[in-house]
Amino acid sequence: MSLYVKRDVPFELYETRLASASNEKLLQVSKELGLGLNLEEMKAIQKYFSVRKRNPTDVELQTVGQTWSEHCYHKTFKGDVVTEKGIIKSLFKTYIAKVTKELNPDWCLSVFEDNAGIIDFDKGFAVAAKVETHNHPSAIEPFGGAATGVGGVIRDILGVWAEPIACTDVLGFGPLTYEHDKLPVGVKHPKYIFRGVVAGIGCYGNNMGIPTVNGAIYFDESYVGNVVVYCGCIGILPKNKFLKNAKPSDIILLVGGKTGRDGIHGVTFASAELTEKSEEISRSAVQIANPIEEEKLKRAIIEVRDRGLGSAITDLGGGGLSSAVGETAKRSGCGAHVELEKVPLKHLGMAPWEIYVSESQERMLLLVPEKNLRDVLEIFANEDVEATPIGRFTKDEMLKISYHGYKVVEIEIEFLFNPPKAQRTAKWKPPSYEEPSFPEPEGLTRDVLEVLSSPNVASKESVIRTYDHEVKGNTALKPLQGRYAGPSDAAVLKPLADSWKGLVISCGMNPNYGRIDPYWMAASSIDEAVRNNTAVGGRRIALLDNFTWGNPEKPDRMSALVRACQACYQFAKGLETPFISGKDSLYNESPLGPVTPTLLITAVGVIPDVRKTVSMDVKQAGNLIYIVGQTYPELGGSEYYRMKGFLGKAVPKVRVSQAGITMKSIVEAIDLDIVEACHDLSDGGLAVAISEMAFTGDYGIDLYLKSVPRLKGMQRNDFILFSESNSRFLVEVKEKRRRDFEASMEHVAFSVVGRLKREKRLLVHGIDDKTIVDVSLAELRNAWKNTFGG
Amino acid sequence: MKKEDIKVCIMRVGGTNCDAETKRAFEDLGVKAEVVHLNQIIKGKNLLNYDALVFPGGFSFGDYVRAGAIWAKGIVAKLGRDLKKFVEQEKPVLGICNGFQVLVEAGLLPGLDGTSKYPQAALATNEPIGYRCIWVHLKLENSGRCIFTQKIPKEKVLRVPIAHAEGRFMFLKEKESEYLQRLYDSDQLVFRYCNEKGEYADGRYPVNPNGAFHDIAGICSPDGKIFGLMPHPERAYYGWQLHDWTRRTRVPEYGDGRLIFESMTEYLTKKF
Repeated sequence: MSLYVKRDVPFELYETRLASASNEKLLQVSKELGLGLNLEEMKAIQKYFSVRKRNPTDVELQTVGQTWSEHCYHKTFKGDVVTEKGIIKSLFKTYIAKVTKELNPDWCLSVFEDNAGIIDFDKGFAVAAKVETHNHPSAIEPFGGAATGVGGVIRDILGVWAEPIACTDVLGFGPLTYEHDKLPVGVKHPKYIFRGVVAGIGCYGNNMGIPTVNGAIYFDESYVGNVVVYCGCIGILPKNKFLKNAKPSDIILLVGGKTGRDGIHGVTFASAELTEKSEEISRSAVQIANPIEEEKLKRAIIEVRDRGLGSAITDLGGGGLSSAVGETAKRSGCGAHVELEKVPLKHLGMAPWEIYVSESQERMLLLVPEKNLRDVLEIFANEDVEATPIGRFTKDEMLKISYHGYKVVEIEIEFLFNPPKAQRTAKWKPPSYEEPSFPEPEGLTRDVLEVLSSPNVASKESVIRTYDHEVKGNTALKPLQGRYAGPSDAAVLKPLADSWKGLVISCGMNPNYGRIDPYWMAASSIDEAVRNNTAVGGRRIALLDNFTWGNPEKPDRMSALVRACQACYQFAKGLETPFISGKDSLYNESPLGPVTPTLLITAVGVIPDVRKTVSMDVKQAGNLIYIVGQTYPELGGSEYYRMKGFLGKAVPKVRVSQAGITMKSIVEAIDLDIVEACHDLSDGGLAVAISEMAFTGDYGIDLYLKSVPRLKGMQRNDFILFSESNSRFLVEVKEKRRRDFEASMEHVAFSVVGRLKREKRLLVHGIDDKTIVDVSLAELRNAWKNTFGG
Repeated sequence: MKKEDIKVCIMRVGGTNCDAETKRAFEDLGVKAEVVHLNQIIKGKNLLNYDALVFPGGFSFGDYVRAGAIWAKGIVAKLGRDLKKFVEQEKPVLGICNGFQVLVEAGLLPGLDGTSKYPQAALATNEPIGYRCIWVHLKLENSGRCIFTQKIPKEKVLRVPIAHAEGRFMFLKEKESEYLQRLYDSDQLVFRYCNEKGEYADGRYPVNPNGAFHDIAGICSPDGKIFGLMPHPERAYYGWQLHDWTRRTRVPEYGDGRLIFESMTEYLTKKF
């Protein structure tokens, strides 16, 4: 007897004989229908329908499969984790959400609830922020994967009634020089992926007219098989227009592009490892991007918002209609009835289940009270955007779907959102890395130039210029600073015409530390994101967490995740920076192995007056250069070690109470107008930071390493110059403000380490006063710029 | 007319995306500016009720076919007569970036013999190829015909950003020298790319950021009332928009882009 029976209806509809299916058969169904569910979950479905004495339809099975996928439900973060020290009930609640709950700032308006986190801003406006991952699709089709990643996160912002005002993108690729012969079947070359992803991101943001203002690019061997694509979006909304009051009988309006076969099973695909077959099996999971459609969609939605005509909104992303309808109904305490035949299609012959789970792009769902429907339809018509009523909310908390009058789904919403709790096991295997031993080089000029030109440090100008970072005319501090296009620590936007208040956007990511210890990797990412924000004058910082991890069903990957989450609690709490939104991408594994544990932290701060923003370029000869923060021999995972062919062990730590005081002191000095320039120390340490400041501002400097505050006994010049210890800044101060600055720094380690000069050279004097670096600014600049061209 | 009585129409279609900042620039000068969708005008809003028309930047209709081509054909087909009257009344028409592309595709620029049926020039794909967002320097070339540059001091080098993939101004090869001569003869050349000292780029990248013929960044119609340019003056309107304002001891209140909006406003107040 076949498992599947075609129903006697004039379209394609199958039901599955689940009632008597063995465990083996249940798993077979999950696999054959591409549900991506495990045995326990399949059994829960079996039970549900046995009680109701009927077989599920394919539309029902697919709906449950989508809703319960890792991508949509975040099983790993919500489930139990069995560790050596007991069971952790929900990583999310125990570590991430707890920071915000305990800090409980009144300016966090909506966290972890909606499509995006919402924080207070100014003059009755709030800011919405969201960062998404789009790793899996970008590995298969780099351009489409990245472009739809941007499109998706922009819709997340629209999904809280906010107008998108800026995009961010942080990318991770394999080395561009990777040998072709070493690539496994089915893995595309990093260079191909790099070009496609960059073009895809530029295409979407530029075409929609949203500036791409902040980002980063990292290269790591583990990214060869698992490209990392983080797309972020920031939006702004009037607080009183944040409408979420859908009621039974409100009309479900599907707006935007038509629905097609592109993007079927995207979420299931995103929740599985990549294999050499991914290309042929999952090509249809990658969607097709049309930014102009979304631009029009945005206009219409903002007008509906401004006129207060909608009662709820959400985007159609992973899981398509299935997720959007279910989640909105759940949130509104309603049921829903959808008439699938009303959905406008790209092509004929789509089965109802395909229509319901398709992830075609540029679509959103609005709930509209009947009396407003005419006005809303007119708004969409004026923008040449399709808007179609496809059903209504109901009182009964049931999801009912019909197709040409035939019932194809009837499930309790409650059931949909109560999957069996996942259980993962975590087992920590401490890595057995060693500190390398090699003699200190005599001169360090060559090393400085080499670190500056390494792919992770070198200028990404050739990429950044292909993104419009100025459209909307609100970018006060740009990603590239001044005529020499130096690397800004953060972007500053001035989003409101009648307010000087600025929004400060920065990020932090340290995949290389993740290899040694995911705990300190996470700590460093948080410190870096906050530090970058602080360096330009940002404060009142909110964080977004985005995990890119391997298969959580493997205990070592899971244990790494637990450690990273513990650090998230520890350090975000310590720095008083609440999390407001996050997203995880797990199962990043390819035939080459798992991705290096990678946590991206995005920081969104504010500055009371954008005219007080401090840039990183030095401003005037004669001014003093201070280093703020203590230096430790922490070179594990550093660019210097990498260049020498080592990984090392002493990964940078974060001394959280000192870090907090340091950040506050810097902001205080900026507010007192003492700071001429400020730059954070990160990849490549002091050597890179001082070079960047000097060649961007075009003044030379004499730098004295013996003055650098450091751990007692730290005597190697190369270690002082290249250590990547956290919570450190370089600050330019006018001679006459010396006292004021030092008063501000009372509670932190600091010291004058040099003075700016007209002569365009960088001279570094070692602890015994010998000159160990002597190089022109032009040489430094060229080393930094030539790797990727400018 | 009084400044506060001026009504500027900032037209948009699907894919237009620089309308808000352009509107803000006019409003800062005390001029009324309204963003109007082409559909609204087709449905009956009268173009002739406005005193000036602006085509802002963006990717109209995705810039498929050629940048600006679809919007241009739409205007010619749907608004041809009104637009002709608008131009005949000597009301100013400004095209920025995508708007410049539209004016060229619609035959309004260079308009050597009045509005042409076919484009007389093109804004081709950049050389080197690719989208580029970067600050450039512009030298004023106009001797007084263009009404959009009256407030710009002679010899001034302006700083404004560009952001486009198709901005290489060009003529048909065989018409190149003839048309260039005609641009000079009727004072239609407005901006050329130069370095910070005001020396012409001479085609050299990146001073000339897109390979434009004769370093041309902006031109006007023979009567000086229609003006198109690739750079974005609305992004260099305020001092805090400049890419290096943090280097100044005091943040300048305005940037060079403002001069263009000011000139246009002054023309309207004097003329009408």
